[in-house]
Amino acid sequence: MQAFLQNIFNALQSGSFYALIALGYSMVYGILMLFNFAHGDIFMTGAYIGFFISTGLVALAATGFLPLPNWALLALTLVFAMIATSLVGMIVERVGYRPLRNAPRASAAITGLMIGIILETGNLALLGAGRKNFPTLIETTSYEVIPGVSITNTKIIIVALSIFLMVALHLFVRRTKWGMAMRAMAYDFVVVPLMGVSSTTIAALTFAIGSALAAAAGIFYGIAYPVLDPYMGITVGWKAFVAAILGGRGSIPGAALAGFLFGFIEIFVGYYLPSTFRDLITYSIILIILTFRPHGFFGEPYSARLRL
Amino acid sequence: MSVEDRTFAVKTEVKSGLIARIPLAARRVPLLGWLLGILLAAIVERLVGYPLARLLGMSNFPPLFGVTIIFSQPPLIPSVLVYNLLLYVIPVAVVAWLSAPVVNRLVAWLYSYPLWFSGLVHLALIYADLSLWASINDYRVLVVRLTLVAVLVTLSLNVVNGYMGEFSCSHPGFMALGAYGASVLTVLFFTPNNVFGATLLPAALAPFIFPLTLIAGGLLASFGALFIAIPSFRTRGDYLAIISLAFMFIVKSLIENIQIIGGARGFMGMPNLATLPVVFLWTIIGLLVINNFVRSTLGKALNAVRDDEIAANAMTIHTRRTKMVAFLFSAFWAGVAGGLLAHVISYVNPGSFGILKLSEVLAMVYLGGLNSIVGSIVGAVGLNFLMEALRPLDIYKWIVIPTLLILLMIFRPTGLIAFTEFKIEEILKPKALPRDEVEHAAAAD
Repeated sequence: MQAFLQNIFNALQSGSFYALIALGYSMVYGILMLFNFAHGDIFMTGAYIGFFISTGLVALAATGFLPLPNWALLALTLVFAMIATSLVGMIVERVGYRPLRNAPRASAAITGLMIGIILETGNLALLGAGRKNFPTLIETTSYEVIPGVSITNTKIIIVALSIFLMVALHLFVRRTKWGMAMRAMAYDFVVVPLMGVSSTTIAALTFAIGSALAAAAGIFYGIAYPVLDPYMGITVGWKAFVAAILGGRGSIPGAALAGFLFGFIEIFVGYYLPSTFRDLITYSIILIILTFRPHGFFGEPYSARLRL
Repeated sequence: MSVEDRTFAVKTEVKSGLIARIPLAARRVPLLGWLLGILLAAIVERLVGYPLARLLGMSNFPPLFGVTIIFSQPPLIPSVLVYNLLLYVIPVAVVAWLSAPVVNRLVAWLYSYPLWFSGLVHLALIYADLSLWASINDYRVLVVRLTLVAVLVTLSLNVVNGYMGEFSCSHPGFMALGAYGASVLTVLFFTPNNVFGATLLPAALAPFIFPLTLIAGGLLASFGALFIAIPSFRTRGDYLAIISLAFMFIVKSLIENIQIIGGARGFMGMPNLATLPVVFLWTIIGLLVINNFVRSTLGKALNAVRDDEIAANAMTIHTRRTKMVAFLFSAFWAGVAGGLLAHVISYVNPGSFGILKLSEVLAMVYLGGLNSIVGSIVGAVGLNFLMEALRPLDIYKWIVIPTLLILLMIFRPTGLIAFTEFKIEEILKPKALPRDEVEHAAAAD
């Protein structure tokens, strides 16, 4: 029972990474009807950008030039990294997706995959194959909630900030004019541009927001497991991708929920079975769910209208 | 080609200038002429290649037409060009041009027999070219074998992604199943191994049992394809792409967890059975079978399912059976290719059948072009040569190749040669005959 409760906290933490990344996949799908296969590597890029910014800020703080407490450094890191990564996302959209707006959708999938490889290899070529250690921004302290079950402050911060970001996204999409434009575009991307909404801007905005969330996930990942490597986009990103599908393509709450569900499945499989079986069981569960409910939890069922 | 076309080709040739005559003259050369030219080039290279290469300042033969030299030793580019011109371009062009009238007659004679006879002659000549050219050093043989395997994989993926219009991501998984299926059997039978014990069969039987193990690997892959084919009844497009992706991860993870076949460390000890003739033969068989499949009624049904499933259903196409057959068929050949690959490099590990393999295979299909047999060959050969050419760039190779592919997708989204039909009769036909024979042939038509 204690182990079970303990694992719930772990699952919430890893679920929040998946949920944040899955949101990016799902939003892009909603607008452009295609998967941004480079998103996992944008997550990796975000984590590395966060690493550089936080290392720089910590060094500045150490010299006394920037006398700020650690939580402020974390906030600054988050803000700067999210802005920088959203620029990366917009560049990816400009280079890899905008020229292919009218091309067969499989071509855009290929460019996405290729951009992902470029980001990975570029990272490997620039920074070498070594792993980077994320600087400690928050000293980990453990609280014992009930006897035998402890929770660290980093977990609380990560989960709380992730949920905050998801709520912020939800409010942005539901309550602002830009959000309304995005929803309209997802509803009909042929007619809505005729109403004066620029499809180009909305697509770029969607990529920017998705990438910013991925950057946040990258920084949280860096805080939780303080090692980064160039292939983290493959190991974590592709699982988030599957989570996005599981939630139903284009569905924001679906992606968030499925992200957490994925975290739960993975942590509990990893706990009760040998850890090498984790991917096997997780993907098998996904395969079974998708076989019986191919459109995910919140997606529209397949109709002949949708094509690939 | 009608009679008018043929005579027209002959007439215009007389009128045009020298430069414009080259493509016209090239059009008159049948495939057999080119093959004879290549044969001569390969023989010439064998005789004088090494001294010529030394004379031009190179330490050895330029392995793949010098593409590997472009980046490793740029100052040698002019000598590579001279080498290619002297040993490949000129012999091929001269033989093709001079022999065209005679060879055209020969081809016409061959063509008057059943098609398989002419095809067999061409195949024998292609194999002679390939083995003469390649066997000059081991590197060439290896590249040719890997390229042929890649052609087979690309063809099999094109059946699902091109002809049926799905976006299947499961081919690395099928290849892994085929590779492990065939490898386990050959190791069990022919390699003393501390897990599977002593050899069960004498080594002399190996070349005869090997095709059976490949087929077994292919059937295993087909069995795996059931897990994709059955969900494909209910869904298409993106969701099927994810199901196939999940399948790929499951296969990889499953193999990593089976310790008896090496788990994540990989599996080795395969006897060297996938020699050049074996790989060549399997690739040709695969090519012919896949080509016949996509040109059959069932193949046309694939296109119908791709374009509009409901309309296809209304036109009495059994869509479920079509999808099932296409997936199992495609997976079978991917499995065979995986088995060949495992025996070419004598080592498999589950890590090599992951996302990177998927990107590579998809890139070959989409580079060459969807719905096209020729496109698949061009894509597989092109990408393999590109990868060999860029090998000296080391890790930057994986920046250059994706960039090139992105540019290709932007400027030619359907790939180089998409939506063409591969008609063997057309290829084996004699090209423009002298005028009197055209009329003679017309009378025979």
